Amino acid sequence: MPHILLKSAQVNTVKKLASSIADEVQQFVSRHSSVSVERTVLRLYGVDGVDSSGTPLPNAIVDRWCANGEMGGGISRPFIKAMLKSGKDAQQTARLIEEGKIGFDKLGDLSQETVRKKEKSRARQAIARLDSSRKRKAEKIRKIPLPVQPWRYLIVATGNIHEDVIQARSAVYAGSDIIAVIRSTAQSLLDYVPYGFTTEGVGGTYATQANFKIMREALDEASKEHGRYIRQVNYASGLCMAEIAACAAFEDLDILLNDSMYGILFRDINMKRTFIDQYFSRLICARAKILINTGEDNYLTTSDAIEDAHTVTASQLINEAMAKKAKLTDDLLGLGHAFEINPAIENAFLYELAHAQLARELFPKAPLKYMPPTKYKSTDIFFSHCMDTMFNLSSVTTGQGIHLAGILTEALHTPLMQDRFKSLSSINYIFNIARSLGDEIEFKKDGFITKRARQVLDETEKSLEEINDIGLMEAISQGRFANIQRPLDGGRGLDGVFEKGADYSNPVMDLLEKD
Amino acid sequence: MSKDLIKPYGDTLDDGIVQLSFTLPVENGPKAKKAAEIYVGKLNFEDIHVVHAQKIADNFTCFIVYARAVPTIDYSAVKVKVAKFEHIDFYQINDLIKKKIGRPISLVGATIGSDAHTVGIDAIMNMKGFKQDYGLERYPQIKAYNLGAQVSCETLIKKALEVKADAILVSQTVTQKESHINNFTELIERLAADDLKEKFVLLAGGHKINNELAVKLGYDAGFGPGTVPSQVASFLITSILQKKGK
Ligand code: B12
Repeated sequence: MPHILLKSAQVNTVKKLASSIADEVQQFVSRHSSVSVERTVLRLYGVDGVDSSGTPLPNAIVDRWCANGEMGGGISRPFIKAMLKSGKDAQQTARLIEEGKIGFDKLGDLSQETVRKKEKSRARQAIARLDSSRKRKAEKIRKIPLPVQPWRYLIVATGNIHEDVIQARSAVYAGSDIIAVIRSTAQSLLDYVPYGFTTEGVGGTYATQANFKIMREALDEASKEHGRYIRQVNYASGLCMAEIAACAAFEDLDILLNDSMYGILFRDINMKRTFIDQYFSRLICARAKILINTGEDNYLTTSDAIEDAHTVTASQLINEAMAKKAKLTDDLLGLGHAFEINPAIENAFLYELAHAQLARELFPKAPLKYMPPTKYKSTDIFFSHCMDTMFNLSSVTTGQGIHLAGILTEALHTPLMQDRFKSLSSINYIFNIARSLGDEIEFKKDGFITKRARQVLDETEKSLEEINDIGLMEAISQGRFANIQRPLDGGRGLDGVFEKGADYSNPVMDLLEKD
Repeated sequence: MSKDLIKPYGDTLDDGIVQLSFTLPVENGPKAKKAAEIYVGKLNFEDIHVVHAQKIADNFTCFIVYARAVPTIDYSAVKVKVAKFEHIDFYQINDLIKKKIGRPISLVGATIGSDAHTVGIDAIMNMKGFKQDYGLERYPQIKAYNLGAQVSCETLIKKALEVKADAILVSQTVTQKESHINNFTELIERLAADDLKEKFVLLAGGHKINNELAVKLGYDAGFGPGTVPSQVASFLITSILQKKGK
């Protein structure tokens, strides 16, 4: 790989600043929980399905528990008490609660010791479920090897999971290593995870556990057929981050978009809510070895890719620090960045190389997620195809990890089967003819690219210092990222946040944090 | 009026050359290529060359075809409805508002429904503007309120009444399953139900919006890709003056 000599002292400084910024968020997170965190506990205990009105059972149960008033203790203890009372498993107990046969207000007296023991054993079973997913994936990858990086990431977005499977198979045939099922428009604003397989999404397909399973089975078959392990992606950002992580773990997904910052800035999710949810979500990902992707690339659609390049780097550093607090390891950090500079700018490609190389060197072990041009994609599909080709060259030269395929019809519609094929032909062509280019070139010591990378890092350091002074939440309120301002108590989902009481209990989280 | 007959141009006038690309749900092979040729023939093309056929998935083949188009059309008979206004600049617009209206005009804008795209409406409204053309917020004689995205029709109308808006600007980017049509229509219906439709100049915009579509849906005008804020302001001032009969 080519190198840009970064000052190691400066790298240490920015990492320390980011860690200090993440500490402050973490202190807030540790004192709070949310309805969706509690619903996740139920899912991990084994509650699934819907009630007679179609409401997911985890929602139905948590709603009843909220109505009962005392939320500070968390759902775990009262639910375990209900299980002890019913003598049934989690799912059947949930049914009894939903049917009104067991009430949270009349659980009776049980010794603390009995309850605690039962909670612990349920939590251990939950962890075992995450562990078994991790092991199943490792086993698959042992049998069918992972392809080399950059991994070719293609989206499918028909709205119908069965049609998605057809599209996914065709993408794998054409060379894709990763299949992402884009979610239906605005699913991130739903405060529940829809249930069952679905066929009617808009702009994408609903993320449901059943849909995850259907796609996983198809990709397992495709992996065998093509001799490389095909990874499956979905999206957790939104009001159900932790629940989606749990469902994804149950079905052996490999990658989740998992980024509060994206939810706050681009979907107007309340920041308190989503930082709380993100933490639990990432703990689950760490345990089940689900690689996370972050959404910094999106900042460059609403702010300028040159002027605001440092906001991407600053956010990547903060996201890395927050991820580490949730026990995610370097190999699971698909930090996002993008090739989004206005193509009319002279030497735009040099800027792009500098930015890509900077990210590469700041996070040497992370499988960086590299986003193709989108905002300046033209309805001139031929020109757009040229842009993607340059992006492909930048990616392979700077050794990116997860390569999101640029599509020639980006400015028109979600990809058609033939669009995906054209995209992959360019990727396969460039990756092949320039595979080792990065090993052969050096950037001039005081050349344009080196200077530019250093400039972005300098700006990043300055901006992290300022953010560290005012705190991340205030920085977001001031519009420091993506040029979008989001107030502390604005957005969706704040009503689902509550303060943990002294008696708060979430033994799954305790175990996840412990080892 | 004399007719002005035209057809596609390759390298010689009236050669009719057209380039096509499409996929058929069949396995590649001589039969697939023949099928593509026959299909293009049914579209009334002549001199058909299936220059490229490629398997893109099991049972799917993508073709590139060159062929000659047969029909001609009379260009002089082509009619298109474009928004009618004289494109004037930032200073002229402010001047005109001052002179002819005598108070700053007020507008609200938003992306409605569950659509989260703001870049289009921001390009028109935010200070910074678009392609070196100042956004509406920058105009001293315009009070512009940009509510952002994921805004309900109800909220938008409430705000329009609150600030006594002269115009409402609506953006839609997601067009799958006609969601833009549904959202645009919902706003018009709500306004009509409250007898408010004539109160405002109504503008629609977005990457798949054009003037004809917007007018058909009940808006005063529609603006698509490449629009700059001064065009929108020029149209606004023209139609506000018209509404006032000035
Ligand atoms: C940036 C972007 C995003 C950003 C948006 C950030 C933001 N805050 O706006 C993010 C990443 C969040 C995003 C998300 C999604 N996106 Co998007 N996105 C784009 C992208 C890359 C660029 C759009 C853009 O900003 N263009 C630049 C602006 C300046 O152009 P414009 O909108 O046309 O605006 C101009 C004119 O139309 C006009 N105008 C626009 N509005 C108005 C209003 C008025 C009143 C007037 C007068 C003029 C006017 O003036 C503007 C200046 O000239 C396009 C692809 C592309 N290149 O077009 C996809 C695209 C629009 N997105 C798409 C989709 C599907 C989505 C998602 C639904 C994906 C998903 N399933 O999650 C989500 C949206 C979820 C939701 N709830 O809406 C599709 C839409 C397909 C379709 N036709 O329906 C596209 C085409 C990509 C694709 N090929 O699939 N997206």
